[in-house]
Amino acid sequence: MTLTDDLARLEATATGRARPRATVRHRHLSERPLVFVPLTTAGEAGAPLGALIGTERTSPRLLVVPQPRDRDLRFAFLAQLADTVLPYVESYADDVEAAERTETDPETGKRVKVEVDLCADAPQLIVPSRAGIEFVRLLGRSTRFRRTAEQDPDTPHPAPPRVPLLGRWLTHFGERARVPGSALLLAMTDLLSRHWATGQSSLEEQHLGALLAWIEAPAGGSGAEAALRAELARDAAGQLLCPPAGPATDPAFDNDLLAPAVERYDRARTALAAAEDGLAADARLAELTAAEREIRALVESRTRPTWDAVWRGLDALCTLPAAERAEDRWRSDRWSFTAHRDRVAAGEPPQPRRDDAVTAAQKLATREREQARLDAQEALDDPLVMAGRRLRGEAFAGEVTQVVMAYGEGRSPRPRPLVTVRTADRPHLDEGVKVYRSLGGKPQAAQFVTYAADGGDGRDGGAALVLRILDKMGRGKEPEPGSVPEAGDRLCWTLFEHEQRGGPKLPDPEDTPWTHGGPPDATAESPDPVTAEDTL
Amino acid sequence: MTPAPPASPAAPAAFDPAAAAARATDAILRDTLHGTHRGVVVDSPPGAGKSTLVVRAARELAAAGRPLMVVAQTNAQVDDLVLRLAEKDPELPVGRLHSSDSDPYDKALDALANVRKSTKAADLAGLDVVVSTAAKWAHVRGVEPWGHAIVDEAYQMRSDGLLAVAGLFERALFVGDPGQLDPFAIAEAEQWAGLAYDPSASAVSTLLAHNPELPQHRLPVSWRLPASAAPLVSDAFYPFTPFRSGTGPGDRALDFGVPSDGSGPDRVIDEAAATGWGLLELPARHTPRTDPEAVRAVALVVRRLLDRGGVTTSERSAEPAPLTADRVAVGTAHRDQAAAVRAALAGLGVVDVTVDTANRLQGREYDVTVVLHPLSGRPDATAFHLETGRLCVLASRHRHACVVVCRAGVDALLDDHPDTEPVQLGVTVKFPDGWDAMMTTWDHLSAHRVPWRP
Amino acid sequence: MPKAELARSLGAPAAFGQSQFAFMRGHAFEARVKADGGAELLRLTHAHLGGGPEPVPGEARVPDLSAAGPEGRSARTELALREATAAGAWTLLDHPMLVLDVAGTPAFLEPDAVVVAPDGTWTVVEIKSFPMVDGAADAAKVGAAARQSAVYALALQDAAARLDPAPEVRHRVLLVCPKDFSNLPAASAVDIRKQLSVTRRQLSRLTRVEEIAATLPPGTTFDVTRSPAELTAAVEAVPATYAPECLAACELAFHCRARARAADEVTALGRSLRAELGALTTVEAALAAARGEAGDPDDPAVAALRRAGELRAEALAGGAA
Repeated sequence: MTLTDDLARLEATATGRARPRATVRHRHLSERPLVFVPLTTAGEAGAPLGALIGTERTSPRLLVVPQPRDRDLRFAFLAQLADTVLPYVESYADDVEAAERTETDPETGKRVKVEVDLCADAPQLIVPSRAGIEFVRLLGRSTRFRRTAEQDPDTPHPAPPRVPLLGRWLTHFGERARVPGSALLLAMTDLLSRHWATGQSSLEEQHLGALLAWIEAPAGGSGAEAALRAELARDAAGQLLCPPAGPATDPAFDNDLLAPAVERYDRARTALAAAEDGLAADARLAELTAAEREIRALVESRTRPTWDAVWRGLDALCTLPAAERAEDRWRSDRWSFTAHRDRVAAGEPPQPRRDDAVTAAQKLATREREQARLDAQEALDDPLVMAGRRLRGEAFAGEVTQVVMAYGEGRSPRPRPLVTVRTADRPHLDEGVKVYRSLGGKPQAAQFVTYAADGGDGRDGGAALVLRILDKMGRGKEPEPGSVPEAGDRLCWTLFEHEQRGGPKLPDPEDTPWTHGGPPDATAESPDPVTAEDTL
Repeated sequence: MTPAPPASPAAPAAFDPAAAAARATDAILRDTLHGTHRGVVVDSPPGAGKSTLVVRAARELAAAGRPLMVVAQTNAQVDDLVLRLAEKDPELPVGRLHSSDSDPYDKALDALANVRKSTKAADLAGLDVVVSTAAKWAHVRGVEPWGHAIVDEAYQMRSDGLLAVAGLFERALFVGDPGQLDPFAIAEAEQWAGLAYDPSASAVSTLLAHNPELPQHRLPVSWRLPASAAPLVSDAFYPFTPFRSGTGPGDRALDFGVPSDGSGPDRVIDEAAATGWGLLELPARHTPRTDPEAVRAVALVVRRLLDRGGVTTSERSAEPAPLTADRVAVGTAHRDQAAAVRAALAGLGVVDVTVDTANRLQGREYDVTVVLHPLSGRPDATAFHLETGRLCVLASRHRHACVVVCRAGVDALLDDHPDTEPVQLGVTVKFPDGWDAMMTTWDHLSAHRVPWRP
Repeated sequence: MPKAELARSLGAPAAFGQSQFAFMRGHAFEARVKADGGAELLRLTHAHLGGGPEPVPGEARVPDLSAAGPEGRSARTELALREATAAGAWTLLDHPMLVLDVAGTPAFLEPDAVVVAPDGTWTVVEIKSFPMVDGAADAAKVGAAARQSAVYALALQDAAARLDPAPEVRHRVLLVCPKDFSNLPAASAVDIRKQLSVTRRQLSRLTRVEEIAATLPPGTTFDVTRSPAELTAAVEAVPATYAPECLAACELAFHCRARARAADEVTALGRSLRAELGALTTVEAALAAARGEAGDPDDPAVAALRRAGELRAEALAGGAA
């Protein structure tokens, strides 16, 4: 958060409406996202209660676990979930384009370019809030080590056939979501609060209903009241008017509505099991069906408002034009998707419970690089983001007032023109620091030389800076046309680099050094043990 | 690492700091040169002679015919080490491995006859000592591993940084100060918390988690901190690994030729000169980070320090030495605060005084420091401002005296923001707690309080 | 003080409360952990913290701690602690009652369990219902458990100090949680030395903070049967430092938030924002500064806001560079 964002928050508070934090949309949005609104059972980790899921706004699929503690019913839910998620994911697997990748040749050890497949598009999962992302991870963790009857005929409680595969994909989505700027799995609250500021704190913005209330508030402003209503208002029976976006449910819903319904369902099931003749069984089956229908209606009543809110959030985001460099990052997502597709196809085992030392270090390096890339790209794509960086002294914009041709030292002197820029910004410039501007989409580097004598020293609200241009001027003695700024140009320079360098190559996991415990244990992960509850 | 129980408060009759330090150094060198373990870890509190130890260990290894690589964390640290090595032993063949950026190393190295510089490790093969940053070493491939390495500032190195270079050596001496600022990650790393090889943890915590049998040593004496500072810094920041000052209460003195004019800055300077600590307290007020009054107060204290003809007396020289601008530093928590103090100092005509953040002051030493307290004027106490290492760095750079400038009300602020840090399972607890250390130092500083008066 | 009741009476109830699903599962889990004379719990204690020979299932002592009133129960607990230490055998104290002096007033505390090991050491046991998945748990929740345990450990230290020789209270507590996705227990030893040190310091300061109580109007009470107006007056007499983080932790936070918002306080928008603004504590003051209508231009916060306002307006108008 920079002060420009803080100011947006203050403005929103005063006007009662959300205020922009961005002028473009900084995340790729799929034409056909898979929206997933899950609910969980209180008190138990990763125990689904139900979900709405689908790619069509008007026709989500409702999945419900009428008795959350029943392992068979939970498996049925997961099988249905796999039936929805996997065909969606696989629909992106076959449409590929040719791309180049640098690999190390195992024979020569040299870096060589190889042509490989890159999926032309990738799936995109959208959940309501950050807690939804955590739930996707938990579902992935709880299912990927399950064994099916086909994998292990002796397993006491075999999982439905495609459930372990579902777990592997959900795990992949959950891990990818930790990469800054990635878009395979997104939380709507994160998307919205990236682009708008409300008159609430960022903590309260995790409430999707309240957040949307600010964004959808009409001119004249009533966002604050609508948000408060979304947060707290209850009906006469004590139920929240706007159910929480989940996956956790409101305790009042659990205690007053869900628990009695589950109890009726349990009674009906016990009664059905005890039925002594067909006629009685028919009647009791009808009761059981009614009880189940009641729970389904309850789950739908708590997920449908959130489902609609997610789609309204997408509407709001689509009013913003797509940021240019977001596609660049989406390409990384497509690489990530393609790579996991290949691992699954190659029959590799599920992701381990915990990363080995090398994998963890590699992931962290990727995330840090992507964070720096995201910070740079968002600023380059969006003057409002750049404004924040300028305010923090990390960039400056201004007019070129003078260009003096100069040359570097050495046998064949290269052009090193000196450019004077007048700016009202106050960048944190130390002598010799490098700055960059975008020239035809590529960064051109310059070096800060000094404050111009006549331009003040940057402490009186304005300064003239002398920069020495260092590159992108061609190979000749004279700079290529258009490669040197001209007097009168208005340019924006950054103190941060536009492109990120790759990190060092880490050892292969089997070469993990003694300082880090040596090579990891190569034995395959065992499934989670079956416990007494699995036979509820 | 399991902190040892606090040492008995009953001091031995005659503590001989030089002898204690020599015993520790001998044991370290014995383990490094003749031990059977692949690693040796040395904890060094502020000013305990870490650099001296590194130089000595490097020379003894080289003298024993065992070439070594040295890993430091920043280019400045690398250059400093090379200069120290050359100063101690101008004949020693030293390699400085550097990056291909512009200005990759200190130009002073060019004047050293036996220091060879290159961007390629292969060019430096065969030299007794090759020194570079961890980042540069991480890119070195295809060379024969060294038998020995010294990893300097190992507590400021991240575990993943060590992972990238550990294949280059057989065994290593790890030296660092556990009380300074921890390394950090700019991306999410929480999922690995509690794993022995958490890539965002410090290199030493990973090393010891996997190799708990490694010998661990501690340098027991701070030669920098005066007798007035060592007990407080030791209690507040090293509660389970105490250290002592190498000098006694009467061994150092800071005197001024120009008497006090009765202003707040002069009175706090006199208090600090007499007791080692001074707290210049401005009226309580919530302020932005670059609080103009506090910034100006810091600048005035520095101006008066230089104007009053200060002289320092210490064990270093027989004659008193003048307190010059290069022996004074200002420490802040944030970069913009440092910039504001620099501007204020320039306005008062002071240009040669170092003004920097805690991060950049790590490892540096001055006679007198002026510190803008991290919590001054703040409405709350965040994890950043409570970070133990930040305050520890700021409070442990001086040989004579430290003046802290702060708005009143820090104690109430700390009362309002009790520590609610999350706890990761399996993560070895680092000591002490930032909130607790703040309280301890504040209690102590309060006894040296001088109210602001222009 | 029953904060939830108080919040309801004030007309600003929070969404606190517990689902009966969570409640039932939590109880079932604690019962399971302590079943069979605490066999599993003692096994876990021994596995993570040692303390003597391995406990033999069924042979551990589980003394009856029931007594009348908190004073009676705490006295009974101290007796049981003394006997257990003397016996040198694995002993499980199930829901003991401990007493801690807070600013001169005894506070009664009831940890889930305390284990006395054959070597005479005392260990606080916290049983929680959040899961430990692959050895990791929610750090905020573990932190809260550690702080809670530190208070119990301090009370235990007081009890220990009344014995001669004083038994050792371990500075590592045993945290027991459901393992992965099951209802089986997993345990972890949590080092609480930091929390002990902070809590000890806070308690020692509380005696001085009694001055806060002295500033309250005479007759101030937290009795929830009083009228909302009276209660509001009583609550507002206590200086509260609202921050959005309070919402997750305190039943009264929605009340404090409403107060902060009504007063136009920037605090309601978050701590980091408030810290940027220095002496500008209201939204209107900050906006007036940003518009250039008010505020001392030499105040860095005012100057920065003004510049932020200009840059924001320029960017939104589409003129980037």
